[in-house]
Order: sequence, then structure tokens, then C-alpha cells
Amino acid sequence: MSKNISSRAAQKKKALTPYRKFKPGTWQKAVDVSNFIKKNYSVYNGDESFLVKPTKKTVKVWGKTKQLLGKELKKGGLLGVDTKTVSTITSHKPGYIDQKNESIVGVQADKPLVRTLKAHGGIRLVERSLEDLGYKISPEIHKIYTEDVTTHNDAVFDMYYSWDDFFTADKNLFRKEGLITGLPDNYSRGRIIGDYRRVALYGIDRLVEERKAAENKKFDYMNEENMRARTFLHKQIRALEDMKKMAASYGFDVGKPARDTKEAIQWLYFGYLAAVKEQDGAAMSMGRIDAFIDIYAERDLRDGRYGEDEIQQFVDDFVIKLRIVRHLRHPEYNALFAGDPTWITCVLGGMTAVGPRGKAGKSMVTKTSFRMLHTLENLGPAPEPNLTVLWSQDLPEGFKDYSSRIAIESSSLQFENDDLMRPYHGDDYGIACCVSAMAIGKEMQFFGARCNLPKLLLLAINQGRNELTGGLVLDGVKPLKNRAVLDYKEVSTRFFGMMDWLAKKYVETMNVIHYSHDNYHYENSQMALHDIDIHRFMAFGMAGMSIVADSLSAIKHAKVRPTWDKKTGIAKDFKIVGSWPAFGNNDARVDSIAVELCKKFTKSLRKYPTYKDAEHSLSLLTITANVVYGKHTGATPDGRKAHEPFAPGANPMHNRDKCGALASLNSVAKLPYNFCRDGISNTFSITPQTLGKNEEMRIENLSNMLDGYFKKGGHHINVNVLNREVLEDAMKKPWKYPQLTIRVSGYAVNFIKLTKEQQKEVISRTFHKKFY
Amino acid sequence: MLKILKNRRFCKTLTPSEQKKVKPVHKLTGMIHSFETFGALDGPGVRFVVFFEGCPLRCVYCHNRDMLDLVDHSMMTARELLEEVRDYKPYFGRKGGVTVSGGDPVFQPKFLLEFLKLCKKDRINTAVDTSLFTSQKVLDSILPYVDTFMVSLKHFDSGIHKCLTGVPNEQILENLRYLSSYVGTAKRPKAKLRLRYLILPGYTDTRSNLSALRKFLREVKFELIELLPYHTHGVYKWEELGLRYSLEGVKAPSKASVQRIKKMLEKEGHKVLLNE
Repeated sequence: MSKNISSRAAQKKKALTPYRKFKPGTWQKAVDVSNFIKKNYSVYNGDESFLVKPTKKTVKVWGKTKQLLGKELKKGGLLGVDTKTVSTITSHKPGYIDQKNESIVGVQADKPLVRTLKAHGGIRLVERSLEDLGYKISPEIHKIYTEDVTTHNDAVFDMYYSWDDFFTADKNLFRKEGLITGLPDNYSRGRIIGDYRRVALYGIDRLVEERKAAENKKFDYMNEENMRARTFLHKQIRALEDMKKMAASYGFDVGKPARDTKEAIQWLYFGYLAAVKEQDGAAMSMGRIDAFIDIYAERDLRDGRYGEDEIQQFVDDFVIKLRIVRHLRHPEYNALFAGDPTWITCVLGGMTAVGPRGKAGKSMVTKTSFRMLHTLENLGPAPEPNLTVLWSQDLPEGFKDYSSRIAIESSSLQFENDDLMRPYHGDDYGIACCVSAMAIGKEMQFFGARCNLPKLLLLAINQGRNELTGGLVLDGVKPLKNRAVLDYKEVSTRFFGMMDWLAKKYVETMNVIHYSHDNYHYENSQMALHDIDIHRFMAFGMAGMSIVADSLSAIKHAKVRPTWDKKTGIAKDFKIVGSWPAFGNNDARVDSIAVELCKKFTKSLRKYPTYKDAEHSLSLLTITANVVYGKHTGATPDGRKAHEPFAPGANPMHNRDKCGALASLNSVAKLPYNFCRDGISNTFSITPQTLGKNEEMRIENLSNMLDGYFKKGGHHINVNVLNREVLEDAMKKPWKYPQLTIRVSGYAVNFIKLTKEQQKEVISRTFHKKFY
Repeated sequence: MLKILKNRRFCKTLTPSEQKKVKPVHKLTGMIHSFETFGALDGPGVRFVVFFEGCPLRCVYCHNRDMLDLVDHSMMTARELLEEVRDYKPYFGRKGGVTVSGGDPVFQPKFLLEFLKLCKKDRINTAVDTSLFTSQKVLDSILPYVDTFMVSLKHFDSGIHKCLTGVPNEQILENLRYLSSYVGTAKRPKAKLRLRYLILPGYTDTRSNLSALRKFLREVKFELIELLPYHTHGVYKWEELGLRYSLEGVKAPSKASVQRIKKMLEKEGHKVLLNE
């Protein structure tokens, strides 16, 4: 009898056609997920009252996961490494957390939380990471990747060593001077978002077919350019076929399109899983999936196929999977990007774009936007996935208030200005990493970390010498004429001149890196989930913007006296006499300097051509590297002492923003997005008692604050609502706070996973605070 | 309370030089102490708070002691002040706006009026945080331009009121009754009156004062009453000014006693607001 029922159910399932009841559109003729979404999604204008608690199954799966996470933490943040296998899409057997209760399956290795080797980026770093953790790579893998295979890292360094200009006047490798750091020249570049939804909507078979057809249509004459294109296309096709094999090992046929909500989530997750089996870039982001999944959910709810509890269960389980994505990292990496982040950035909400200027059309908020946020309640706060609300003035109030509430309760959300990005990227873009917008499947970027601007300023003051080592970096920089008191015109002219020199070197270095990465560590599966013709950005970054702005302001408005070291002639310290306006107080006298910095640096970068004619873009984002940057930078003319941390991202320097929260926001909002198209990160902390007298008022005030900041032109904001005392207590008693999450710079971390140094820096940041 | 009454040294009788300092200033340029660009605790919604210098009172517990005396260096015209505020309009939403606080804004009545007029012309919601220790003439002049009055109640015994603040309470209570008869009527249907009540242990939370409060609240019409438990975060300002803080040793009220007062007022049918 029971067999009968289950076979009937199977038959019923068999009869389901994937596209039943979907509205037709161009999405049927060609791969066009955006068109599918817009034709089929249902706007949700209500509030959170429809949301449900986790099911018993979710509670069980999350319970087991928490046990594993606890073990991982006890073992120093690492549960295990597979040192014997080089990870590929098909390298590992299926793995489960709690097979019986999981509704969405798949982990990177054959067990959850086990880290795997991705050797093509560079074997040396992989080996160093393992050594640091007390592991050793298998001898065969060592041999293959040191003797036989050229890795991305090998290729880059071959080029560095043969490039005279990459050495300083003192014959040091330029890369070691700390002017440009965090470059992906020895690890995967990341920041590429595959359109994982394509797996669900079309199935792999159709995607392969489409690429095969294009091969002979687009690249039919065998010249170098076409052969090169075909080589990459083939790598992509192989990756798609591997994806199918990997899914089959879990018992699913992703050759065909998904037929319901559960399959849609499972299919797109397999697409993502392939990416994190193959690559371990710093940021491996998810893209935009809320309205997409919601279309399936609405159909299943209408048909009575699934109830709200089941839909939420699928979403919760999916999010559990994203919370346990792990990569092998080396100690320097951890120092730069603390807390083991993976940047599975997932954008929610936003509006549709109307007309050529991308004006706000309809809200894209669906019930699934709520369900995704709700995972922070059902499973508790967590840094991953990196949930990012695309805020528009026109979003429905219910969603604005719910996301404000979740931000206040969890300190796990970031907000980005949809009204600012939509005109550039349309309405189907996602965020890679923290703040990098790109149209899903249509745009990609070459990630380029960041340069240290305060260090450049010191180079300009110190005749081209590294202020800490005394080493000559750039020859021919004359000593300043005004040495007793720094002269604004002299210092700024010299600084902006040298900015151009740095820009050239920066662009060239990036060209080397991305040429090599394409050739030796190509993102096969992720690029297979892009259009064949894509737009590329080359994403540069600058750190320490507020320090340089403040330094120039101090030089301009007060008297800055350097203390020159008699032996070396290097300025060891700076004394400031008189008052000067600091960035973060909505004061035009210094904010205008900050704006000028952004514009001038982007203009300098644009002078130098890029690999693949990528479009230059610039970010103001430091991740947690602001601590390391500070450590390696001498005293600066703004009064910052040597080795003190920088402010993160585009933030004003700690505690110099004295005119209240909104003055600080207004200063950052002035920074021009059209010159900083890779994003402007602002991290904001406020105590709950300052945000409002009770929960209702706090929610309302935060929503108003976000409306105002984004209306002013702000791009991004991390919102932390907590008391400094909680963090101080968590430093002392970490075991009491296993899930305490805090936004640092474009991402969130488990506070207790930060180093002591980083914890101290986070605590020393401005907390907007007021007593009544 | 007894301590303050027995020990007259603590009691506020203004010296001649102090008396000069508490005379209102009728000028068209204002003396501004500072701004708080994100005020979420001073009136409805998100507010830009302007702290005026000068105050006719000298409350012993004042947490803005640094704003009471006039310092001429921060002079501004009403238009200049408006320009500062305008930069924050996008944050105000439907309820927020500007809050004029201090010190006590009625201490610079001419400038206050000028500024409020400009705000209303620019469609900015206005709130005035005041002791109401002022003439009915001043009150009448600003009434048409204020959306929310925030008035802090101190003590219902005029003698103790004088001890705590330096001035008696008759004029304040009279003005409050006048305001209450005015807000929400046909003349200013949307204007609101919010009351604030400082809970100063041993002084304002006595049984007799609370019962006087209850009685008084039955007489007046108001939107809500906000409870402000006494805290010592402003004491350092006294020390910085080289002034003696006479309430030394007085501790913040217990949560339980604050909740008790809250419940008592809610039972009376009032809306009570408390920073939770």
C-alpha cells in the first residue's frame, strides 16, 4: 500500500513540467533570467507576519551543524583538511550533515567543514597554509605542482622578475614596499558571480547546447583570437558537464530544468557548489536569487505543493549550507581578512529599472526577500551569507522596517543604494564581495585589492623613501623646500604627481595578474554561467582616504611641523599647531579634499590601458586590512601615530567625527560614486539607546536614517547596533557569545573569531552615543 | 529631598552676577552652543537638535551645565542656522525635523521666533524643548510656529522647585495650562505637547510629589509623558567648569522604581515613554 502511494507520488512528480504556469517571454528563446523574473515574480508589499518558525528538520540539521561549528572553533578554527586531493568539481564524494533531515544537500568535500586544496592559484601558499595549521601536503601533489604544472602564481612571478620597472630604486621587489597589497597574485582572485539561477531555470543540457552552437557561429574562422575564445568556451563546457556529474553523485539530474522550489534551490546551489569546489577566491558571492526563488515558491504555494513551513525550511537549509562554506587560508590572508570570511553576498529587494536612466519602477521585494532575512531569526545571527539589502526610497515600508529591525537585532546586515547603482547596472545586478556591483552573468571584474595612499603621501614628503625602512622606492624625488612647516601647495602638488606614477604601476601589475589568472587558474564553472560576451571591470582600491584628506586639511588649515630624523632625513613624526577640520563632520573645507582624492586617482588610473580593455573602477574599501595597513605605515601629518590602524573603507578616522551620526554620514555621502564605481564602504556603529527609546522608534529611526543617507547619495552602509561593553565582555568571555556578529567593512564576522588586535580596533571605532 | 532642604548651601538662590546671566537676550543673532545631527531622543522621529546657549534656570542636576552661560563666540543668524539644518532634511522622514533645545531656547526669544518662522516656511517640523519659564507674550509669539512643545516638569512644591532650579514653579505651571488649552484646538490642530519628568531619587519620586503630578496631569491635555531617570553622565561638565556638583552621591533610580512610576502613569491612562 505505502509503496503504491509513493510510486503514485513519483508519477505525479514525473508529470510536472518545469515551466507549467510560467508566463512566456524572451527567456524561453534565449538565456535571459532577468526577463523570466520580471515576467513572473509577485511583489510583496506586506509585513513579516506571514513568516514561520524553523521546522523540526531544520532544528535538527542546524543543531548538528552548530555542534560541528563548536568543534571547529575548539580546534582553532579548523575541523579538517583533505591534503591528498586537489579539489575539482568532481573530486569528492557526496557529503552530508544529517542526510535524513536535510532538504538541500551538498558540501565541498565528502564531509562538512573539511577544507580542500585548490592548487592552481599557487602551491606555495597552499603549503604555507597547511604548515601553519600543522598539516603537510601529499608528496605527489607537491611534485606535480612544483615540477610539472605552471600555477597562476608561477606565471605572475616569472613576469615580475623579468620586469625591471617592478623593482624599486634599491632593487627591492616593488610589491614588498606595502604601497599595493593584497593583490591576487598568489591566490584566486574571486569576485566573480556566476548566474547560478541558470542551472535551475534551463538545466545544464540546454546551457551546454547553447555554448556549442555559439562556438561555430561566433568563432568559426580559426585565427588566434577565435581559437583562444574556443579554448575558454571548452573549459566552460567541461565544467558544466562536471557539474552534472557532481549533482548525479547526490542523486539529482541537473541536466533538466528544476521543477519546483526545492529543486530550484538545489539546482542553483549545485551551481554555486561547483564554484567553491573549484575556486577559493576571497569573495565567492551568490548574486541575486530572492525574486527568482520566489517565483517557484509562489507557484508551489498556489498549487498546494508546499506550505510556507516547507518553503522556509528549504531556504533555511540552503542558508545553513552557505554558512559552512570553507576555504584554506594562510596566516597573512587571515590578518588582512579576519574572521574566515567567504563573502557569499546575497542581495535582497531593489526595484525594477525603467527607461534608459534606470528610474525606479516596481519593487522587487518578494516574500523570499523576507524569508532570507528571517534565517537570521530562525538560525540566529551569522556573518554568512553576506545579506545585503538593496535600498531604494521606493521600497515598500514593510520591507524597510523589517530589514531595519533585523539589522538592529543582529548587526548582520549591510545596505546599499539601489537608486545609485540601478542606472549603471540595470535591475538584475548583484554585489560581489562587499560593494562591487555587477550585472549577473553579464559583467565581471578583475579584482585588484588596494593601494595604501597615506604611504604614498609619506613617500612624497620623504624624498621617495619608505618612511619605516628608509629604503629608496622612487628615485629623483627632491626634498621639500618648506621643511619647518609643511606647505599645502607643495605637498599636494607633489602627492598628486606621484599618484600618477603609482597608478601606472598599479594598472600594469593588475594586467600581469589577470592575464596569468585567465590562463592558469580560469574560473571554468563560474564563467560557464555568464554570457559569452561580457563587460569587464578592473577594480582598483584605495585605503586610508580619510587619513590623507585629514593630513592635507591639517597642512592647509593648521601648522604641521615634521620632526625630521637627522640621520635619514625622514619625517618621523608630525606636530600640529592650531585647529583644522576633519573628515566626517560635514565640513566642506575638508570633504572637498576627499572628493578631489577620489576623482584624481580614478583619472590617473584611466590614463593607463587595461588587460582585455576592462573598464577602470575604484573602491574605498579596506575589509579588515585597515589594521595591517596601519601597522605598516609611519606617523602621518594628521596626527595619527606610526602603526596605528587606519579607519576602515571610506570611514572618517575613529572618533574624529564629532558632530553626530548624520554629519558623519553626510561627509561620506559626498564621495562621488561615478568616480568610485567599485563601491564606497561605510561602517557605522550606534548604541541602541541612541537610536531610539524603544524598538518601534529604533526601527523607524533607522529606516529614516537609511532613507536620508541614500537620498544624499551614500552608496553603502554597514549597520551595527550595539554597546561597546558587549564587545568588551565578549573579548573576555568569548564562550558566552558564540554567534555574536558584527559588521566590519563590507562583511560581517563572528566577533570572537577576530584577532585580539582587530577586536581592539573594532572597539576603538566611533560609536555614536548619547545619554538621556 | 530632605538633604537639600536642610542644607541650604545646596539651595539655589541666585547671586547678583548670576541674576544678570539669567536675563533673556533680545537679539536677532543667536548664540548657539552646538548641534547634535542625529537626535533620536528629543522629539518625534529623527531630529537635528540645536542647543541654544543661556537658561533662566540653574537646575542642580543639569546635564548640560556648559550651555547655561552665554559665550559670544558662536553667533549665528537665523538664516545661517537654517542652512545648517537644511542639509539634513532628507533624514527627517514624515515625523522628524528640528528640535530647539539648550539651555533654554526661550532665553533668546527674538532669535528663536525668527528661526522657527524660517523653519516653518521651509516646511520643517519644529520642536521646542523648554522650561516654559517665560512670559505669556513670548509664548504667544512662538505658538504658531511650534509643532511639538517638550516641557520638563520638575517639582510641584514651589519652594522645592526653587531649591532645585533657582526659580519658583507658578509661572511654569500656568504656562503649561495655557499651552494645554491651546494645542490640538482649532487654532493649531496638529501641535502637540509632550511632558518630561525627571526621576531624581529622593527629590522628585516622593509620594507627595508623585501624587501632585498625578493630579496635575488630570488637568492638562498632552500627547505623552516621557520619563527621564536621573543619570550622572553630565557631571564631568560641572567639573570641567570648576563648579561644585551638589548632588554628589545621588544615584540613578532603580529600574523597579522607574517601572513603578511608569505603571502608575499608564494606569491613569497616559502614554508613557521610557528609554528601554
